[in-house]
Amino acid sequence: MITLDINGKTHELDIPQDMPLLYALRNQVGLNGAKYGCGLGQCGACTVLVNDKPVFSCLTPCGALAGKSVRTVESLGSADIPGPLQKAFIDEQAAQCGYCIAGMIVRAQALLEANPHPDDDTIRRHMAPNLCRCGTHVRILAAIKSVIAQGDKV
Amino acid sequence: MKRKTIIGAVVALGVVGIGFAFWMMWRPEIAAVSPPQSAGKETLDRGRRIVEAGDCAVCHTRPGGDYMAGGLPLITPFGTLFTTNITPDPETGIGKWSLPAFERAMREGIARDGHFLYPAFPYVHYRKLSGADIADAYAFLMSVDPVKYTAPENHMVFPMNFRALVSFWNLLFLHGDPLEPLPDRSAQWNRGRYLVEGAGHCSSCHSPLNLIGGEKSSELFNGGIVDGWTAPSLRGMADAQHPWNEAQLVAYLTGKVAEDHGAAAGPMLPVSLSIAQLPVEDAQAIARYILDLKKTSSDATSPPCPPAANPTAKTLPGAALFEGACASCHSSAAPMRTLDSRPALVNTSAVRADSPRNLIQTILQGIPMSTAAASHYMPAFADSLDDTHLAAIAEYLRNERCPTRPWTDLDKTIKSIRTQE
Repeated sequence: MITLDINGKTHELDIPQDMPLLYALRNQVGLNGAKYGCGLGQCGACTVLVNDKPVFSCLTPCGALAGKSVRTVESLGSADIPGPLQKAFIDEQAAQCGYCIAGMIVRAQALLEANPHPDDDTIRRHMAPNLCRCGTHVRILAAIKSVIAQGDKV
Repeated sequence: MKRKTIIGAVVALGVVGIGFAFWMMWRPEIAAVSPPQSAGKETLDRGRRIVEAGDCAVCHTRPGGDYMAGGLPLITPFGTLFTTNITPDPETGIGKWSLPAFERAMREGIARDGHFLYPAFPYVHYRKLSGADIADAYAFLMSVDPVKYTAPENHMVFPMNFRALVSFWNLLFLHGDPLEPLPDRSAQWNRGRYLVEGAGHCSSCHSPLNLIGGEKSSELFNGGIVDGWTAPSLRGMADAQHPWNEAQLVAYLTGKVAEDHGAAAGPMLPVSLSIAQLPVEDAQAIARYILDLKKTSSDATSPPCPPAANPTAKTLPGAALFEGACASCHSSAAPMRTLDSRPALVNTSAVRADSPRNLIQTILQGIPMSTAAASHYMPAFADSLDDTHLAAIAEYLRNERCPTRPWTDLDKTIKSIRTQE
């Protein structure tokens, strides 16, 4: 049995130690926000927060998560009540196919929690590990900057 | 009468002493000049080659900063230095430097205004360059975009903040003339020696340093530690248990994946990207010279690891963590392994090394995207694996490769690396 703390709730899961967190989130817990992109830590579609830091959940074994808190995009708001970053992404239409967006929002969340007023260069460097194959990066940057400009607490 | 003699002697000694100290620690200013006219394309191309071979930009360009404008912190046991602006800006760079001023800095470590440069600037190696190469490097540096930028103040500990003391260090470590080719060796070997010992200043990292930061001449190329990474010994690579050949070393030196060995990471990655800018003959010459460096009889040699991987390692707790965190790229069945002859992890230098340092550093920091080969990239695991997981994975990999010589200092090494981050 493995105990995972996900979005503030404790889950007792009968899964092997070596199962990547992404699989447990999607298959066992039913949280489908984080996506399987490359499975190699190269695209960022699976990004979630572990102890407030963005990590690739496809490369994080569940056996390494004892005592740590996991947060996914679902913890940031809902379709009815989106969080500040989610709302900004909708307002800026910062998605085309949308597959990368949960990872993008979660990575941006980690940045703004630690540094509410990052400059452009910091945002770009922080977001670099996450790829958008539709090429929506400019709108993604605009969405993040609109949250910063409005001074919304993420 | 006797007393007067003694006083006279003391005064005379004092005068001589002050004179000696003055002679040791004072260097004249060299007159300022206006930035020179741009040199011709051929000179600039030759100069660029020297500047790449010398890795000038590796230290003189800070991350995100302008080319050659300086500002990179260098953390030494004696405090933190910031690299200087070597663009031709007259006020904040070297725009007022004449060629003789530049050559004096390269050969003697003296700035144009006469102050002593710290030996983190490898003038002990650059002094081995030919006059023509120094002139070409000067012409190239004078052709880059001038940038107005002044690096932050150095924070050196007392008494090292007193620059003139470097004059005594120079007395010990600054010697030798420009390298002359050895007539009994091939032109390629001589070219390699010139690049390795001169511009490339390889031994600055790949040799142990003594207490005052000089390279131990008796242990040249025996390996050192730089920025928390092991700079491995360059001796005996051709006859090691898992030997390097020239093609592998050239691939490694030019930022590609070396079959059966791995790829440059950490502080060596930018160096390899610099070498990748040189004509491939230069990388081949460097490889030829390095593969010719033999172990000396007094060098420590570790007993060999068993030839075959240890199958029982799979029962260690780190094996499950490896499956979840590493196997999607590093298992023998992973499609990523088919790219660019990526080696099995158990064959890499990091896992075969006597110290776990480079394996730990690579897992923590990953390897950034580089321009030389996409297959180089590795994500960082500093935020997803904690110290016990890192230790378990390292123990598993080491046990698979070398169960007879386990790493005994894993926890300590991980802790020391984490606290440096």
